[in-house]
Amino acid sequence: MTSDAFLDLVRGPLFQIALFIFLAGVLVRLVEILVLGRKTDFAEPRADGTGAGLRSVFSRSVPEAGTFKRSAFTILAGYVFHIGLFVALVFLAPHIALVRDTFGFGWPNLPTPLVDFATVAAIAALVAILVNRLRDPVLKFLTTFEDYLAWAVTFLPLLTGYMAFHHLLIRYEGMLALHILSVELLLVVFPFSKLMHTFTLFLARWYTGSAFGRKGVQS
Amino acid sequence: MPAHETLGEMLAARGISRRAFLKYTSWLATLMALPPGLAPAMADELAKARRQSVIWLSFQECTGCTESITRSFSPTLEDLIFNFISLDYHHTLQAASGAAAEHAREAAMAENKGKYVVVVDGSVPTRDGGIYSTIAGISNLQMLEETVADALAVIAVGSCAAFGGIPKAEPNPTGAVPISQIVRNKPVINIPGCPPIPEAMTGTIAYLLSFGKLPEVDALGRPLAFFGESIHDRCYRRPFYEKGLFAKSFDDEGARSGWCLFEVGCKGPITYNACATLKWNGGVSFPIQSGHGCLGCSEPDFWDKGGFYRPLSTPLRDITQAAAVAAGLGAAAGLAAGALHRAVKKDAAAHHHTVTVDNLEKSS
Repeated sequence: MTSDAFLDLVRGPLFQIALFIFLAGVLVRLVEILVLGRKTDFAEPRADGTGAGLRSVFSRSVPEAGTFKRSAFTILAGYVFHIGLFVALVFLAPHIALVRDTFGFGWPNLPTPLVDFATVAAIAALVAILVNRLRDPVLKFLTTFEDYLAWAVTFLPLLTGYMAFHHLLIRYEGMLALHILSVELLLVVFPFSKLMHTFTLFLARWYTGSAFGRKGVQS
Repeated sequence: MPAHETLGEMLAARGISRRAFLKYTSWLATLMALPPGLAPAMADELAKARRQSVIWLSFQECTGCTESITRSFSPTLEDLIFNFISLDYHHTLQAASGAAAEHAREAAMAENKGKYVVVVDGSVPTRDGGIYSTIAGISNLQMLEETVADALAVIAVGSCAAFGGIPKAEPNPTGAVPISQIVRNKPVINIPGCPPIPEAMTGTIAYLLSFGKLPEVDALGRPLAFFGESIHDRCYRRPFYEKGLFAKSFDDEGARSGWCLFEVGCKGPITYNACATLKWNGGVSFPIQSGHGCLGCSEPDFWDKGGFYRPLSTPLRDITQAAAVAAGLGAAAGLAAGALHRAVKKDAAAHHHTVTVDNLEKSS
């Protein structure tokens, strides 16, 4: 198959299939969690849990002083990676063009050098995180296949995307096709792995925060 | 023009000096990325070249390729070389018609057996025995097979001949196929484009006349000299792409400032052609310079790539329907799974036995 036909394949039927699996998978898991629910709390609440729940969603993004001291590297590298990925995903012009084409609205893109910087930072952070994981005997012991899979399917779109945009290694249409294929792999793995934390983290933080709020304790 | 005359004699008769001719071959050698030392050799070989018999077959096409090659601006050496070849059969350009025209083709084939070059523009219909395009009662398929049998080489000119082009576009009612799919035992070179750049056509013919072989080609059979780099790589708007400055429509501030046309559907990044360097109409301009994105006309199936005005980063198929079905199915499956879990929980609660001290006494 020529790279041209390969690009048509990943932009066409494969993208449709991947998106289908992603959307259906994410909804199955979210709805399942929500339907399961929790036992009604009959105790009289000491305060309203809503404010505390909302606050927790954001406040838990700031690490505690003690935690930060203990694992500064993990937290810093984690921040660099997450922010870099967010900037590359949301503010690169071709990505916004995809949103505008599908939903009819978009937003201004960031200058390419800034997106580039974020992408390279995210790639570097991911590599550093992996090296750290492999060097630390405890972390290595705790690491399962799923962790490596989650790392790989997140790393590949960043790497291939950067290489496609800058026409590195192979011709653009081939690298663009590899980039889209790697994104499709991410979409398929996403709902059935710990990558679901992208959505469930907000549910969990809300739940903990509002429960603490009702009990009148600091969340 | 007598048949025995060489190209060198013809050019001399028309007042072209050897110096001017050497300049042309140097330009051609540079253009085709040949070693500079080959320019004089090319000039010598070209000058000695005898009139090359060319049979030009037009199948499912629009004659745009012929328009392109014949309207290539003021008289140039390329034109002269094009005039020099013995175009023994060409629908649009030949004076003969009817049986006389077909006779000219047969005569050229017989006289130059194994030495003539077949140029084809247009794709070949294969459905229903190829009846959708016939010339003098002969189907295109039959004429092609018959004509290439004793040919030296085949040049597929234009995207229809090279890749099937517009006749092959979905749903391809005539079963159109590119020339390379039918001609298997002869060298076939593709010069795609809708139409191709005149210099790409004449340059390839000049190379063939100079060296008696076809130039180096890429995976799609296109001469690397003209199709080795993408439009995007040589585009003068590339700095705007690098900066992330994109026109959002054809009349916004970005469009007026000459920003990159990626978001209005430019296919430059995946299109390999020489438009950005050789340009059109004698180097005047090319589509992107006139404010329109590249259509990707020198690539296979450019017609079916999801629309000329949709960016490259968008899906080729409609995803909203698939997304709606996925969302519906996912939510329903989630509800079912949740209900199942609740039922299990309820069941466990219903069958719950309270454990008392007495249970400890029981022997199990």
